[in-house]
Order: sequence, then C-alpha cells, then structure tokens
Amino acid sequence: MSLLTPNPGLIFWMLVVFLLVVFILSKFAWKPILKGLKDRENEIQGALDLAEKTRAEMAQLKSDNEKLIAEANAIRDQILRDAKDASDRTIAESKDKAAVEAQKIIETARETIRNEQALAVSKIKKEVATLSLEIAEKVLRRELADKAAQEKLIADLATSARLN
Amino acid sequence: MYTHLRRFFTIALIAATCVFNLPARADEPTQHEAEKIAQAVNEEEHKIEHKLEEHEAKFNIGEMIMHHIADSHEWEFSRGVVLPLPVILYSEDRGIEVFMSSNFHNEHHEYNGYHLVHGESEQIVPVDEARKIYDFSITKNVASMLISALILILVFTGVASFYQNSKGKAPKGFASAMEVIILFIRDEVVKPNVGPKYEKYLPYLLTLFFFILINNIMGLLPGSANLTGNIAVTMTLAVLTFIVVHLNANGNYYKHLLAPTGVPAPLLIIMIPVEIVGVFMKPFSLMVRLFANITAGHIILLSLFGLIFIFQSFVIAPVISLFALFLNFIEIMVAFIQAFIFTLLSSMYIGSAIEEHSHADHGH
Repeated sequence: MSLLTPNPGLIFWMLVVFLLVVFILSKFAWKPILKGLKDRENEIQGALDLAEKTRAEMAQLKSDNEKLIAEANAIRDQILRDAKDASDRTIAESKDKAAVEAQKIIETARETIRNEQALAVSKIKKEVATLSLEIAEKVLRRELADKAAQEKLIADLATSARLN
Repeated sequence: MYTHLRRFFTIALIAATCVFNLPARADEPTQHEAEKIAQAVNEEEHKIEHKLEEHEAKFNIGEMIMHHIADSHEWEFSRGVVLPLPVILYSEDRGIEVFMSSNFHNEHHEYNGYHLVHGESEQIVPVDEARKIYDFSITKNVASMLISALILILVFTGVASFYQNSKGKAPKGFASAMEVIILFIRDEVVKPNVGPKYEKYLPYLLTLFFFILINNIMGLLPGSANLTGNIAVTMTLAVLTFIVVHLNANGNYYKHLLAPTGVPAPLLIIMIPVEIVGVFMKPFSLMVRLFANITAGHIILLSLFGLIFIFQSFVIAPVISLFALFLNFIEIMVAFIQAFIFTLLSSMYIGSAIEEHSHADHGH
C-alpha cells in the first residue's frame, strides 16, 4: 500500500529541511528566546528576593525601633520615678526640717515667755512689797493722828481679813 | 433516498476492494509486464477522468480520499487550479534533471522519456524500464514543508528579536502568545521528563513540537498537503528522535538493555530480545501514532465531504457540513495533542536514556 510506503525523495527533503530548521531555530530563535526567558525569570526572582530581604530588614528595623521605644519608655519611667522619689524626699526632708525649726522657735518662745514671766513676777513682787510698805507707812501715819479712827480701822481690817 | 444509500454502499465497497487490492497490483509488475500494466492503469485513469468530466454524480469517494491524502507532483488547489511543481530526477546515465511537472500535461502523461503514473499515488517511471531513477522532486508535501519551515523561521526569529530588543520589559503581543507555549513545553514537557540536563535537548524538542504543530494545522487548511499524515515524514521524525536518544544514552541505558538488573539468568533469554524490540518499538510507535492520527482525521473529514457529493441533497449537505465543522474543531485539538504527545514521548525516551541511576555509580 503506497500510503504505508515511505517515499525516499520525501525522506531526503524532510531530513534536509527539518535539520536546517532545527539548526536555524536553535541558533537564531531558541537561544535568544530561552536566554531572554531565563534572564527575565532570574530578574523576577532577584526582585522577589530583594523584596523579601527588604521586608526582613524592615521587620528588623521595626523590631529595633520597638526595642528602642521600649527602652526609652523604661528610661523615662525610671527618670520620672527617680524625680518623684527625689521630690518626695526633698519634701519630707523640708517638712522634717520645718518641724524641727518650728519646734526650736516654739522652744525659744517658751523660754522667753518663761523668762519674761519670771521677770514680771519678780517685778510684781517688788512692786507689791513697795506698795505694802507705802500703805503700811500711810496707815501708820494716820493711826498715830486719831485714836478712834485707828481703832475703827483696825476693826475694819480685822473684819475684812476674816472675810478674805 | 434508498437508491442513494445503496449506491453509496456499493461505491464504498468497490473503493474498499480497490484499496485492498492495490498493493497486490503494485507488487505485480515485472520487467516485461510493467509497461502493459502502466498503460492499463493509464487507460483506466483516462476512463475515470472521462467519466468524472461527463458525469459528476459518478464520483469515486475512495479515489477522491486517496488523491487528497497522497503526495503529488503538482499542487491542485481545486479542480483546474493547479500549481506546477519542479520535478527533480537523478539517474546514473542522465545525471540530475529538473523540469516542471506541467510538462506531463499531455495526452499520454509523458515527457522526456518519463511517464507520470496516476495510481493510488503518483509516481514517475522511466519509459525505458531498464533505467533506474531516483525521484527528489519538490512534491506538494515538500513544497508545503518548505512553506511551514519558512513560517517557523520567520515567526520564531521575530519572537527572538523581541527578546533581544526589549530586555527586561513585560512580554506583549505575539511574543507573549508564543511564550506561553514555549514555557509549557519547557516546564511541563521537557523539564520533568528529560531531567536536569534538559537544556541541551530543548532546542530539538521545541522545534519538533512547533514543526509538527504547524504542519498538522496547515494540513487542515483546504487544498493543503497532508504532510504529518505521510509516513515518510513521521518516520524521519521518529528516526531523528531515535538517533538523538541513542547518541546521548549513557552506559546505564545500554547496560540495562543487555543485562537488566534483578532478572534471573534464564529469563534473560526472553528479556533481552524483548528489551531490544522495545528499543525499536518506541520510534515505530511514534511514527505510526502521528501518521495514523492525522491520516485518520483527514479520511474522516474527506469521507464526510464525500457524502455530500454522493447524496447530492440539500437536506443532507447542511447536516454533514455541521458535523464536518465539529470534526474540524476536533482535528484542531488533535493537531495540538499529537504535536504535544510526540514531544512528550520523545522527551521521555531521551530522559530514560540519560537518566543517572544511583546504584550504577559503583563502577566509576
């Protein structure tokens, strides 16, 4: 059957043409096309890798930032706490100081008052003695002048003394 | 209607018997009888042509199909529209002779001592039976192959220039359409089947795929040649794959062929012939698969169109046309599938021949 009998002429042309096509396409088509495809794949892969790297860097940076912020916060808290402590201490100290000072002032004032009091009492005592002496002198002078009046006075004195 | 059917079956039966008898007839010619038979064939053919001209209804579907599937020395686009093609003959006494096939257009189909025999397929025979000639004519198939080769080269050098001129740019236009197919062949067909050394075989396999594909599709065009449905073409492709496989096969492949591992010695008597037959069976199956698929598709389509001419009915024609349209779509699919399968199997054969077995590295 001629359908199943290969024709030598056609085999010859087929070999020549097909091998030529393989050669020409390999050299002028497949090489640049496959190279272009590969280059582009590498490029895309490179870009993806870069993006991945950048993202990792960003994440690193972010975590660094967070760490920094946390540290700064901690330091701030520390500083605030220290300041508060310091102020508290100062306040407490000044309070104590003021209290001591006040105590001292009060003490001094008391001392002064006591001294003044003693002075005043001694002065009053002196005054009273002087006045008593003067009164006694005056009474004596009057008594010596009038005997009836003297008696009466003594009586009055006696009554009043009893009433005291 | 019944008579039409009966006529169809009778013609089909006659065509079938003709087809089955032809090889017997082709083998017959001996030195002295050949001329007579050639003359008889010629006369018969004259009669057929005469009948066809005189009555279109007496139409031989088997002959029509064979005429469309077979190769020819001229390109007939439709009845009467014929492109003559160069005939190149080589004989020891006359050397190379080149002339146009239109020179055979005369009463006896004879020119310069050669006779164009229209049989089941065309053949140029010298009038002097003692001479031996080699026919290297640019036949319809060769012409179609040259056109497809030209298209392939133009298309893919065009695509290649895109990659050279616009490096680092996104693919667009025709290049991106081709890129999809190229990437499919590379990543889905060649890479997984050939293995890590696939890049060496990629140009051959890509050319194989696109060559088969474009010729399958061109074969579907009306008035075109049936190149991939020709056994010479598929044989050449299969033999090339066979050569590529066996030139690159490593020691493991040949060792496995002659001494399959894990086979008991008595079984080797059976296994070695089986393995060796398998080696030749692979390209043989490649050859027959492509040839049979494409030829069968053409025969089905041509039979359908032939039915229109047999029935000559306005009722049948649209129905058959619709069915032929449907089959044409299937044939387009087959064109892709067969190109894909040929490439896939070639890659698998190459892959199995160059595969490195880990257990075979002891000898190195």
